[in-house]
Amino acid sequence: MTAPASGTLKAWLLTDAPASRNQARLGRFYRGWLSFQTNPLALVGLGIVLLLVLMALLAEVIAPYSPVVGGDLRTERLLAPSLEHLFGTDGQARDILSRILYGSRLTLMVVALVAIITTPIGLLIGTTSGYFGGWVDSVLMRLTDIFLAFPRLILALAFVAALGPGIENAILAIAVTSWPPYARLARAETLTIRNTDYLNAIQLQGASSLRIIWGHVIPMCLPSVIVRVTLDMAGIILTAAGLGFLGLGAQPPLPEWGAMVADGRRFLIDQWWVPTVPGIAIFVVSLGFNLLGDGLRDVLDPKGGE
Amino acid sequence: MDPTTPTPAEERLGASSAGAILRGGVRLLVSVALTFLGLLLITFLIGRVVPVDPVLAMVGDRASAAVYEKARLELGLDRPLLEQFWMYLEKVFSGDLGTSVLTANKVVDDIARVFPATLELATLGTLIGTLFGIPLGVLAAVRRGSLSDQIVRVFGLIGYSAPIFWLGLMGLLVFYARLDWTAGPGRLDIAYDYIVTPETGLLLVDSALQGEWEVFGDAFRHIILPACLLGYYSMAYISRMTRSFMLNELSQEYIVAARVKGLSERRIIWGHALRNAAVPLVTVIALSYAGLLEGSVLTETVFAWPGLGQYITNSLQNADMNAVLGGTIVVGTVFVGLNLLSDLLYRLLDPRVRMRR
Repeated sequence: MTAPASGTLKAWLLTDAPASRNQARLGRFYRGWLSFQTNPLALVGLGIVLLLVLMALLAEVIAPYSPVVGGDLRTERLLAPSLEHLFGTDGQARDILSRILYGSRLTLMVVALVAIITTPIGLLIGTTSGYFGGWVDSVLMRLTDIFLAFPRLILALAFVAALGPGIENAILAIAVTSWPPYARLARAETLTIRNTDYLNAIQLQGASSLRIIWGHVIPMCLPSVIVRVTLDMAGIILTAAGLGFLGLGAQPPLPEWGAMVADGRRFLIDQWWVPTVPGIAIFVVSLGFNLLGDGLRDVLDPKGGE
Repeated sequence: MDPTTPTPAEERLGASSAGAILRGGVRLLVSVALTFLGLLLITFLIGRVVPVDPVLAMVGDRASAAVYEKARLELGLDRPLLEQFWMYLEKVFSGDLGTSVLTANKVVDDIARVFPATLELATLGTLIGTLFGIPLGVLAAVRRGSLSDQIVRVFGLIGYSAPIFWLGLMGLLVFYARLDWTAGPGRLDIAYDYIVTPETGLLLVDSALQGEWEVFGDAFRHIILPACLLGYYSMAYISRMTRSFMLNELSQEYIVAARVKGLSERRIIWGHALRNAAVPLVTVIALSYAGLLEGSVLTETVFAWPGLGQYITNSLQNADMNAVLGGTIVVGTVFVGLNLLSDLLYRLLDPRVRMRR
């Protein structure tokens, strides 16, 4: 690679001698991006995810109809896809495209909230367990193993049964069932750095355990946990859609994609587009997250790949 | 030297490995027991926080305060939580999972009735997944980067991304409604009901044993679509794992040695590399089997398959908590059991694990 001309932004980012911590950080991001963008499939995944975010942000602007209020029940029910209704209309004469667009908000909300809830729990339990070792480790890992030994969907079902159906409870149930792999991962990462010289040096300086875990251990574990969370997002979307399909997630009239498939089931034989289109939406979005996660793993965690 | 008497070194190795296996086994059993206890604790706690009043469900809302109080004491709800948990454990271990409100049967009997249907489906699914997944994975590893490798990868990606309930509906639409290759939802056409007396509960086995080939054919036409669906997901997982295990084996030195020796490529791949990759694969297959039991919840709903998954979801929608928690315990137990089995098989099959420790 030829060295970029000095003075450009690229040169500033790729310099071997960064002048500040932020410059070094940005430079590292840029290098990661450079290797990420050589992977076309990962770019497709990123595109899909960005599209999902855009859809969610602009749903009001681009959706041609209301997602909840349908048209004339006598004449506009179950219309085939046409220019007026790109994906047709459902059993209550609602425009399917509009419902899909608004539904992207629910999907994004589920993914974001589950990630926000589970990442800290996993990090906290994993790093504490790995850093302290001994009986703390035994107890926490036993707890993790119990949750790991459970079938995820069934456990989520049982939780929703206890809490009552609804999208918030579905999110909670999914979160409760998906933190254990992150805890395992964070623990493994902690164990690899636990006896390094720099951690010993900090200990000798008298730093408290809290400070060491928060300031030095968690940052080291963060990249691999983030990759793992991204890789799991497709699974989270599928579980949420499954709960919605069973009628335990988002309740009508919310345009949740899984519930839309369940709602359209009755029309499968004659109006196939009603259950098919929301299913395609779920498929494309989880494919996007899978591709993005694979790409991120290759960049951030080269030893994790093949 | 007499080949039957072991050398001292061998003897030492044998003795220490027998002790190690025993110790490892005890540790494994303790961990399984703790996991199982945790499972019961979770279901117990879920049962406590449910907004359904168990006393009210029993006595009805017209009962007087005295009757209500008596029933509450009988259920032991006035005791400390720990004692209640102990009572719960006693009940579960004596095989009592409560009574289903919906069917008015004992939950244990209900589950015994519906479980074979799920077992049949998941078993056939795993068979399909293994039969196709392993050769595909081997092919992808041997011809790394080729078209077949890409195809296997795409198959896997679709399997990891497509919602199983939607793919099931698409299967029904194409193969049942449009092409009419398979039968529709359900386990059997009404016309064939009650011809076969259930012995094992597995319709395919029962009908074959009793020589009712017409019933067998109909049952097969019903099971093939959901089984292929589950099999596809299992195949996606198994082929991906086979590929990575095989790539690992093929890069080992003993493969080079076998090549230098002049063995045919076929023998190297199927006789040497796959044989070593088979050890971790056993674990993968057991895990995928457990995963299918879980996947069957959604699949059974789509195909109106009268199994455990449908039983759980039906009970859920009717707030029948005893049935839901009973089903959860059974699925969880099978899960833990399969995990244990895969662990044991791994120890048994891999000589390195057998010898170490």
